[in-house]
Amino acid sequence: MSENTHHITPYRTLGIILLILLSLTFVTIEITSIHLGALTVTAALLIAGVKGFLVLSYFMHLKHESLLLRILVALVFVLFVLIVLITFIDYAYRT
Amino acid sequence: MSKEVESEKHVSYLDYQGKYKGIFGWIFSTDHKRIALLYLYSIVTFFFVGAILGLVMRFELVAPGETIVKPQTYNGLFTVHGVIMIFMVVIPGLSAIFGNFLLPLHIGAKDVAFPKLNRFSWWIFIAGSIMAILTQFLRQGPPDTGWTFYAPYSTSTGTSVILATSAAFVLGFSSILTGLNFIVTIHRMRAPGMKFFNMPLFPWSIYAASWIQLLATPVVGITLIMLIFERLFGIGFFNPELGGDPLLFQHLFWIYSHPAVYIMILPAMGVITEIIPTFCQQKVYGYKAIAISSLAIAGVGFLVWGHHMYTSGMSEQARWFFSLLTFIVAVPSAIKVFNWIFTMYNGSIDLKPPFLYALFFIFLFIIGGTTGLILGSVATNIQVHDTAFIVAHFHYIIFGGMGFAFFAAIHFWFPKFYGTMYNIKQANFGAILLFIGFNLLYFPQFIIGYQGMPRRYYDYLPHFQWAQVLSTVGGVVLFIALIVMVTNLVKGAKRGAPAPANPWNGSTLEWTIPSPPSLENFDTDPVVKKNPYEYN
Amino acid sequence: MSNHENHTHVHRDDEAQKLGMWLFIFTELLLFGGLFLVYSIFRMQYPENFHESSLELSVTLGVTNTVILLVSSMSVAISLTAVQKNNYKLAKWMLLLTVALALAFMVNKYFEWGAKFHHGLYPGSELMHLLDRGHHLYFGLYFFMTGLHALHIIIGVILLLISYVKIQKGKIQSDNFMHLENAALYWHLVDLIWIFLFPLLYLIS
Repeated sequence: MSENTHHITPYRTLGIILLILLSLTFVTIEITSIHLGALTVTAALLIAGVKGFLVLSYFMHLKHESLLLRILVALVFVLFVLIVLITFIDYAYRT
Repeated sequence: MSKEVESEKHVSYLDYQGKYKGIFGWIFSTDHKRIALLYLYSIVTFFFVGAILGLVMRFELVAPGETIVKPQTYNGLFTVHGVIMIFMVVIPGLSAIFGNFLLPLHIGAKDVAFPKLNRFSWWIFIAGSIMAILTQFLRQGPPDTGWTFYAPYSTSTGTSVILATSAAFVLGFSSILTGLNFIVTIHRMRAPGMKFFNMPLFPWSIYAASWIQLLATPVVGITLIMLIFERLFGIGFFNPELGGDPLLFQHLFWIYSHPAVYIMILPAMGVITEIIPTFCQQKVYGYKAIAISSLAIAGVGFLVWGHHMYTSGMSEQARWFFSLLTFIVAVPSAIKVFNWIFTMYNGSIDLKPPFLYALFFIFLFIIGGTTGLILGSVATNIQVHDTAFIVAHFHYIIFGGMGFAFFAAIHFWFPKFYGTMYNIKQANFGAILLFIGFNLLYFPQFIIGYQGMPRRYYDYLPHFQWAQVLSTVGGVVLFIALIVMVTNLVKGAKRGAPAPANPWNGSTLEWTIPSPPSLENFDTDPVVKKNPYEYN
Repeated sequence: MSNHENHTHVHRDDEAQKLGMWLFIFTELLLFGGLFLVYSIFRMQYPENFHESSLELSVTLGVTNTVILLVSSMSVAISLTAVQKNNYKLAKWMLLLTVALALAFMVNKYFEWGAKFHHGLYPGSELMHLLDRGHHLYFGLYFFMTGLHALHIIIGVILLLISYVKIQKGKIQSDNFMHLENAALYWHLVDLIWIFLFPLLYLIS
């Protein structure tokens, strides 16, 4: 038998999360139509990050999963970010 | 402390008859022990193919100029030698063979978490290997890019690069799935009472290596696909004329291939960490340090890849960064070496073949590791990059390190695999001969390397010949030693004296069950000790 | 997190299945990660080119597809909740909705790519090779990344359909639903990737 005392995500929660995601999508579109240079990218990526966080936490149920799993997911993202940043050390400083 | 299990119900996994008969009982088996042996036999075969290719190269190099093969053939030789040895031997080698056989036993489980996935991993390993071998026979000619497939040559050469990179992709998939399987196995299938810090250190090393297999391999996977698309569609990522950058290929390639070397060496270190306490009959010095250092090597190992690229045109800041991180990653490895030596101190030493190989490992690993520091430093690296010095360094680390650990492992767990014993004297003789041949082959390459002998060249200036001759002689000695070793083992498997459950007085769980084990390993729940290394 | 059940008996381990799927998801994240890395390097090197090229993309289609995937993520999550509450009818309808949305995504993609192909813009085409530098790289990345993503949509649809059949056959129950949960996780991953892909490709104008 499964040892899950599985938390069940209520329909209501799922609907609310969708609404938030849709709102954030439209916010992104509005923000990226303003020319803020590098800030535009940052803003868009930050909002995407929030959306991703919501999908991970609620749709993918991470909020109610074990600490181990949450740490592992975080570490994978950290690894990816580190790899990108380190590669940029090369490209950003090329003469 | 060996326990002879007298039970007419005990059918060894070798004899077990299941749903499938004969050879199908093996290639369709989901038993981790049979899968381990399938990997063993295929990998040893590929190793000998790769070794013979290496020997052909050595005969070409024994004299300057064209000796026995044409230049284009030589390019194909060092490429396929690398592809076979890296992707089909040393990356899967220890994990797929000894990880598969021993991991469940070490943690008291009856199999891995996903036995069918395990079987599938072997199947695609074979599929990828066949694809790699096929590259040698296509009309376009075998790939001539080196196993590193650098752009722009790999994107423009007419040889069978697409098939070769596809083969590497498939082999990578096998590696990913094995890593996934082992991680879940360790998290979910430890025997009752066995916490992470009660596990032996070999599972710790498999755990760390499995994370690398899981997370690093996809990066080279997507990179190889980019390379294929470059050849097929000219998407331009690595082509400066189209706006791309060949260096980007190198970054992406080494983001995997550097962590890959830790896939090779971490289980090797794990093996050594099992053998040394056993043959000194005392507990490991610094268990926690060794466990944590395995994770540290895996983690930091993801951040050092640029040390393969100091001369490529990277920014100065990048070179500085990668050099710093490379020195940092050396520290946990050094910690392990100290811990092994301190484990031996005041121990009751028994110079059996596994321990002899382990001692050779430490010696060769130290040479490989310290020359790695020479390479990690930008200033000295520039002198020796792309020379025979590099070739010597990585053969000391991979062959002297992982290879000798492999030989140590097979001699250590042989009685458990087969229930028989090989000839100890012949094994020790083979080990010594191997050690002599190995050093004769590779040490001279350090010297001519820093004197300027380039790697992947079939021709050279006459004043390098003395070393090439020595190396070729060493290669022959090494090959003979391999034959001595393998014939001894094959003889032992077929006609060796029956071995007891615990011939070495080991203290980990595999020694508490019969040799060879039964299908489901443990008849009753194993008794888990808090400290896996207790000897009386 | 040690397994406190008797491990020598044959038993179902749902946590192992879930951990296995998450680990597989990690590999997919790193796989696409390589492409995101390439994108970020070339975007840094050719900001204007990327900006100009992205004007060729239809933001409307992109937004539509984004909305489609977000809704489909919710629908598959509803399907899972439904199973957990023994509402197998709702679960099946939600799975079908998810698949339908996925197919709608693919139809949009077909039109999007079709328009490009019609104008002679596809990997390896003459027009493609006339583009210079950042423009060329942008479209290479566009086709590669959206193409790889579309392949994962197809895989996801297959997993969802298998789950549908399993519910149909009674193999998925409120106390035995790991296959559906894992298929849903995979689907959410497909949505997650698009969440980052969309602004980077479509919204940099």
